[in-house]
Amino acid sequence: MTPPPAQSATIGATGMPVRAEGPRRPPALSVGPVGWLRANLFSSWLNTAVTMVLVYLVVSWALGLISWGVLNAVWDVPGTGPRVDTSACRAVRGEGACWALIGEKYRFILFGLYPFDEQWRPALVVAIFVALYIVSAMRRFWNRWLGLIWLVALTAIGVLMWGGVFGLPFVDQERWGGLPITLILSTFGIAFAFPLSILVALGRRQTAMPAVKALCVVYIELIRGVPLISLLFMASVMFPLFLPEGMNIDKLLRAQVAIILFAAAYLAEVVRGGLQALPKGQYEAAEALGLSYWQETGLIILPQALRLVIPPLVNTFIGMFKDTSLVLIIGIFDLLNTAKTSIIEPAWQGFGVEAYLFVSAIYFVFCFAMSKYSQDLETEFNRHRRR
Amino acid sequence: MRQDAARTGEAPATRTGAGGGAQPMIELVNVNKWFGALHVLRDVTLTVAERERVVVCGPSGSGKSTMIRCINRLESHQEGQIIVDGIELTDDLKNIDAIRREVGMVFQSFNLFPHLTILENCTLAPIWVRKMPKKQAEELAMEYLTRVRIPEQAHKYPGQLSGGQQQRVAIARALCMRPKIMLFDEPTSALDPEMIKEVLDVMVELAHSGMTMVVVTHEMGFARTVADRVVFMDRGEVVEVGPPTEFFANPKSERLKTFLSQILGH
Repeated sequence: MTPPPAQSATIGATGMPVRAEGPRRPPALSVGPVGWLRANLFSSWLNTAVTMVLVYLVVSWALGLISWGVLNAVWDVPGTGPRVDTSACRAVRGEGACWALIGEKYRFILFGLYPFDEQWRPALVVAIFVALYIVSAMRRFWNRWLGLIWLVALTAIGVLMWGGVFGLPFVDQERWGGLPITLILSTFGIAFAFPLSILVALGRRQTAMPAVKALCVVYIELIRGVPLISLLFMASVMFPLFLPEGMNIDKLLRAQVAIILFAAAYLAEVVRGGLQALPKGQYEAAEALGLSYWQETGLIILPQALRLVIPPLVNTFIGMFKDTSLVLIIGIFDLLNTAKTSIIEPAWQGFGVEAYLFVSAIYFVFCFAMSKYSQDLETEFNRHRRR
Repeated sequence: MRQDAARTGEAPATRTGAGGGAQPMIELVNVNKWFGALHVLRDVTLTVAERERVVVCGPSGSGKSTMIRCINRLESHQEGQIIVDGIELTDDLKNIDAIRREVGMVFQSFNLFPHLTILENCTLAPIWVRKMPKKQAEELAMEYLTRVRIPEQAHKYPGQLSGGQQQRVAIARALCMRPKIMLFDEPTSALDPEMIKEVLDVMVELAHSGMTMVVVTHEMGFARTVADRVVFMDRGEVVEVGPPTEFFANPKSERLKTFLSQILGH
């Protein structure tokens, strides 16, 4: 027999400690910032000691950085051009940064040897590139207009850089340099390498056409097997030897093609990973519905496969963006090369740290934006997986 | 030309394909298939008439899934003939596409497209394969989603639905192509017991509407109530074919007797 409920209630009322109404809370010291600190940083004497040492190191390093970069830094030096007097910078070397270098040279670093009075053109080109990235990143523009926007933007960029029309003086490609070169190489690099890599990845999985498959495997293995530097050397030094007399394809285009081919081989393997991760049932369901190969690939397979590989894809994009700096070894003045060249004058020799920090910051802004965007894209795309 | 005068009477007038009602909807003649050295289909011969419901059963590895997957060429056969709706299945891609347009398939693991909503899953093939205007395809999809009793889920993603709901969507997706034949490859095997009924109910309804159906299943209750004929396969062979009453009451072969005692014995 079960006891009447009244009885157990009496026992509860008389024999047990009375508890507050509502759900029980965890002890105050185990939650919140205090709880976190106790659990992670001060849980034992050893941990406490390690925490103290690290805090000391971080703080002293940060203080040193502030005193070097801000407090003791030289922001301006007298004179300009060949008559510049950098003795103020030399006086504080090691203790203070010489930001005067950036003030004096930033236009050279950003735009290279582009005619000084015409540098608003590459500046505008950089702005167009950034606008293009922003527009392309917004899903609302992911329709047939995007292709047109790109076409217009790239035409405008070509017109601005070369000139020779609309009253703009012609500027030879040899004089292009700095950030526009980096953006041109990486934008065209990604824009061409990505579609190419998808075709190669699809070709590599093609079992019905062994010749296509073999071609794709050979391409990937051959390109992956050599350093980008050697590809660039081949493009700049060896390739012209095979061209007929008098025919010349310019150096920037050759480097661009080398970068595209190199990146596409890596991207193809990333895309292939995504293709392999899809269950076979997805292919079968698409086939059973009567979709053609390209419909199946474009509507079912790639949308899913590419979403799966967003992290490694963006990883490769970021790597590629920075790899464009290798063109400096074949004498193209990209952003890193202009920075290196800016400190070649005797007056500025020895201030490499400042110049490289400056371009690092620029590289970082672009790479971090890519990384951040890819995270948003992942969340957005994986919404359908949430229950 | 294969003509079967006796069958002409039962073919309904709605039949549109070439050849009239004299031809069976699906015809397998001495079909053989190997996976490597493994002989998975041995001289399989089977005809399915229009509006006929055929249930295929047999122990696992008996080749029943492979057989049904040959009918829409998800697997290719190496010997024999398969003729669907008057078209012979060969390596000719045109024929394969033509047959796939007329044959709907429902899989054990649903295989809905997880990146598309339920509605998009259903409208995809009508829009891209049948070139139907989007609005019309959506109306059609809603009609079939209503028939499988989940119109309210149309804008959710497959991952948000239960297994039984997903399988009903898969049925609606296949029906949106207005197929002449529906193939079911163990449609309830991946479902929790309490969801099997909701899927079977939809299939029974479909059977009563006159759809030509080939169903691979272990649901003997379904076979009993719905099937015109039941096919028993074992080790790649069709061992016995008969109407369900005959099939369950008087199994002739030893293998079918053993099989029935195993699945009905408890």
